[in-house]
Amino acid sequence: MDWTIWLEWVLKGFILCLILLTGFAYLTWYERRALARIQIRVGPNRAGPQGLLQPIADAVKLIFKEELTPARVYKVVFILAPVLTVVPSLILAAVIPLGTSFNLFGREITLFIADVNVGVLYIMSIASIAVYGIVLAGWSSNNKYAMLGGIRSSAQMISYELTLGLSFVTAIIMGNSMNLIDIVNAQKDLWFVALQPVGALIFWIATLAEVNRAPFDMPDAEQELTAGFHAEYSGMKFALFFMAEYQKMIVVCMIMATLFFGGYLGPFVDKFPLLGPVYLFAKVIVLLFLMIWVRATWPRIRYDRLMSFGWKILLPLALAVAFITATGILLADLYKNQLYMWSIPVLSIASLLVAVAFIYRDLRRKSHGRI
Amino acid sequence: MTTDLIVFLTLSLVAIATALGMVFSRNAVYSALFLVLNFVTVAVFYLLLGAPFIAMSQVTVYGGAIMVLFLFVIMLLGADSISSTSDLPWQKPLAFTLALVLVVESVYLIVSRAQPNLGITAPDASLNTMDSLHQMALELFSKYLLPFEVTSILLLVAMVGAIVLTKQKKAGQGS
Repeated sequence: MDWTIWLEWVLKGFILCLILLTGFAYLTWYERRALARIQIRVGPNRAGPQGLLQPIADAVKLIFKEELTPARVYKVVFILAPVLTVVPSLILAAVIPLGTSFNLFGREITLFIADVNVGVLYIMSIASIAVYGIVLAGWSSNNKYAMLGGIRSSAQMISYELTLGLSFVTAIIMGNSMNLIDIVNAQKDLWFVALQPVGALIFWIATLAEVNRAPFDMPDAEQELTAGFHAEYSGMKFALFFMAEYQKMIVVCMIMATLFFGGYLGPFVDKFPLLGPVYLFAKVIVLLFLMIWVRATWPRIRYDRLMSFGWKILLPLALAVAFITATGILLADLYKNQLYMWSIPVLSIASLLVAVAFIYRDLRRKSHGRI
Repeated sequence: MTTDLIVFLTLSLVAIATALGMVFSRNAVYSALFLVLNFVTVAVFYLLLGAPFIAMSQVTVYGGAIMVLFLFVIMLLGADSISSTSDLPWQKPLAFTLALVLVVESVYLIVSRAQPNLGITAPDASLNTMDSLHQMALELFSKYLLPFEVTSILLLVAMVGAIVLTKQKKAGQGS
């Protein structure tokens, strides 16, 4: 194999990691500023213009912080756990296409690292590995609260992984491929979110639970568990957990944009392929704002309700939606009539309404004294 | 070809080392972690053989879901460290005998190069390429539809059984 190909791969991987790391730093700034705006505060605005140097100041502070390793931790696992949390969040991005390809010095450079045939499955498998970091951090800390946080998060992530997989299935069926590039190209005429709004919504909720964001931030619920799984971590090790959470947010938004919002597609992207990453970036910014918005306005949901919501409402709904999607596409294929495609959004919104009615009834019954 | 061989040999060493680590760890959590590493290494073997779907399923199902559940149970029950005295004295000799039988069997198979004929014909050579996903799905849902459905019903029964077992108490209270 040509050594330039190796060089290209290494460089692209390096650049992607760099983008994610910078993205993480500025996402903290973005989140703090947006949260402040929602809560009628100003937010960090001292370091640099508009507080833009705040992430750098934070990083310097975290590097120089003292790192404590408690006496009776399981040391190897204790040190390994933050690494195990960060690595999946970085390598998840490898299969996400940032654009098509462009010419650089007469050489065709593709704007994705890996054109994997089973891209969606790759994401699923890395996401399922990502649980270990948190679980092991909780266990190795040798602290009851940390352990509870770890156990909670493993239960939560396993539960919502099924729903996540099913919402992947809807996108796979619509795109007729597991390759993320093919899925993006299938959205040339119409974004999948228009065809399957409920599928996108389910994916959104499931990913919020997978990355442990509010309102599903059970593993580190401060009031109940002090800081949950990372209670014993300090300094740079804590920063790694922090980093992993925010990188996962970015990557998850990239996946969501790719699966349901047309990925790198946008006007004129055929002529100027370098516009692709710009469009993806804009979509990711909007989706990230939605995440921050949810955090600012929703209270954390109780643990038992989180579980019953995931298993009794979200999973059946995701199953129904996958079934409806498959049926609609089959009918459209069978009768050669694209109008059948529109039965997908109609029927899935109807099933969403049924699910909402179930939640409403459940909540009303609970508020009348029966637990 | 040589790079493949080097990768294969390195991975085999890792696989064997993790398998041994899993057996000899005193701590159940470490055992589980070694097993996860082993599963992931096996997944890379599948990738080397040009079967990305199986590789990814291996990581998702075994490395992810099942082993997380194992860890979950180990942590929940606090069975971190196993006591050295066992209640089952016949367990160790039996395990050694069975392992010995297995080793002898596999050595015999390798040495005699006897191909076991289980009535399974090798699938298309095209299945071994990276584009095998569609073909595999077609095979699974046409030729092997019945075993596939039977497996899914088996899993469903197991699931219903688990729910019934855990529900028992509540039903008694309600009536």
